[in-house]
Amino acid sequence: MSILLIAEHDNNKLNPVTLSAVTAARQIGGEITILVAGSSCQSVANDAVKVMGLSKVLLADSAVYEKGLAESLSALIVELAADYSHIMAAASSTIKDTMPRVAALLDVGQLTEIVGVESDDTFKRPIYAGNAIATVHSHDVVKVITVRASAFDKVEAEGGNASIDVVNVVFDMGRSRFVSEALLKSDRPELAVANTVISGGRGMGSAESFNLLEKVADKLGAAVGASRAAVDAGFVSNDLQVGQTGKIVAPELYIAVGISGAIQHLAGMKESKVIVAINKDEEAPIFQVADYGLVGDLFEILPELEAKL
Amino acid sequence: MKIIVSVKRVIDYNVKVRVKTDNSDVDLTNVKMSLNPFCEIAVEEAIRLKEVGVASEIVVVSIGPNAVQEQLRTAMALGADRAIHIETEMQPEPLNVAKLLTKIVESEEPGLVILGKQSIDSDNNQVGQMLAALTGWPQGTFASEVKIEDGKALVTREVDGGLRSLSLTLPAVVTTDLRLNEPRYAKLPDIMKAKRKPMEVKTPADLSVHLKKHISQLKVETPPQRQVGIKVDSVDALIDKLKNEAKIILRKLG
Repeated sequence: MSILLIAEHDNNKLNPVTLSAVTAARQIGGEITILVAGSSCQSVANDAVKVMGLSKVLLADSAVYEKGLAESLSALIVELAADYSHIMAAASSTIKDTMPRVAALLDVGQLTEIVGVESDDTFKRPIYAGNAIATVHSHDVVKVITVRASAFDKVEAEGGNASIDVVNVVFDMGRSRFVSEALLKSDRPELAVANTVISGGRGMGSAESFNLLEKVADKLGAAVGASRAAVDAGFVSNDLQVGQTGKIVAPELYIAVGISGAIQHLAGMKESKVIVAINKDEEAPIFQVADYGLVGDLFEILPELEAKL
Repeated sequence: MKIIVSVKRVIDYNVKVRVKTDNSDVDLTNVKMSLNPFCEIAVEEAIRLKEVGVASEIVVVSIGPNAVQEQLRTAMALGADRAIHIETEMQPEPLNVAKLLTKIVESEEPGLVILGKQSIDSDNNQVGQMLAALTGWPQGTFASEVKIEDGKALVTREVDGGLRSLSLTLPAVVTTDLRLNEPRYAKLPDIMKAKRKPMEVKTPADLSVHLKKHISQLKVETPPQRQVGIKVDSVDALIDKLKNEAKIILRKLG
């Protein structure tokens, strides 16, 4: 067996979700090669050589790959595919956009967001918004797989000693062209990889009151999240959404504030190690999944929590 | 410009999912079925493009047993002009769906195909991307805004960390995210009218597509349930439990 793993990065640093995908790859077994495709991304390759468990780093460095457009990235992966039994990556938005193309071009199925490895061809994955777990078996010679990063521990980012090979094939974007992007800048950790997440729901009442949440987040070094209700009410932007249609997170500590606990939201956070719920409604379904529940007024509790941490 | 929208019949999003006792699948007997929410958004977007004069005709396609005609009628009640039902006993897997849709696209020659980004049953999130790969058309997935001008689609996409815009030269494939629009409800006279709109039935054999098995589902289980925890009565008690019982380090590291 030989695995081609696609690195997730921002052309500057390796994204830690990659370390979780390496764990999934190691459970399958065999040699693991990692592909770093980007623009001026030597520093990412330098990060990758140190990751435990990798034998080789393929570096495809070209302006064409800067924004990870699906058309060019999938063509590159297909070009390299012949040497591998498994092609896999953490299910980031770039990978969700790209990997089904790889599968279709190779005429194989894709296994989406696996959460468990049973063998080299059998995996577990959530269906129905995580309300059921399916065990699925691939009949294809090449397995194309996306990995739900929150379901796998991260391998050590240091201590490895892989070699770097440069790949000089370039595929253009075809009839797709990058126009612009608006990425939110924040000093807080990224939601998907944070050890602590504090999320607000409709109970926050306004965009302004998210300040109370942010102050607690800064004391804890936590990422800030939100329920779909809070996003739809316009309190915060959509990229903070935790839930089936937003981000799936599994931090050490998840604090849900003013969130009732709709199935949609639970699907995005119920794998967290410890869950705290703060809500004025003691009947709220969120308390069914919380390890520690505190019934009360969040506008009193949040400032007190901030002061006492 | 003609627009093709492909839609899927799925369990209604309000229904609580139950796994069959023999663990073969989810139990769908006597369960309310509906148009997949992301597909509903795709239909709505096509209708809006027709209302502003960008689209001239909307063709809605669905694959599966006879029952999917119910969702095709719903889409026509909302505003689609005609329907194509590709009849199969089971819901085929994503690559086969993409192959069937490729054949429809080849014969219908639309300027745009709009699909939901994923169905809420199998949660695969694959068909749109696979269709784009097989047709060689550019793709704009997880769209939160679509503008058509000068033979191009300007698509704003929801990506990790924010939004990204792409310009796609038509024909193109777009998949919808939640915030693209808010779908309308069908009006009673339109539901009646939809019954008389044309519905064509084809089989995979008619389209010369062989439905190959790539992935088998061996078992379906209920996920492990979390133990119900305890209620604490104060912030102090909460901090104490987190520190001393859950052994969580409550401070910013590094």
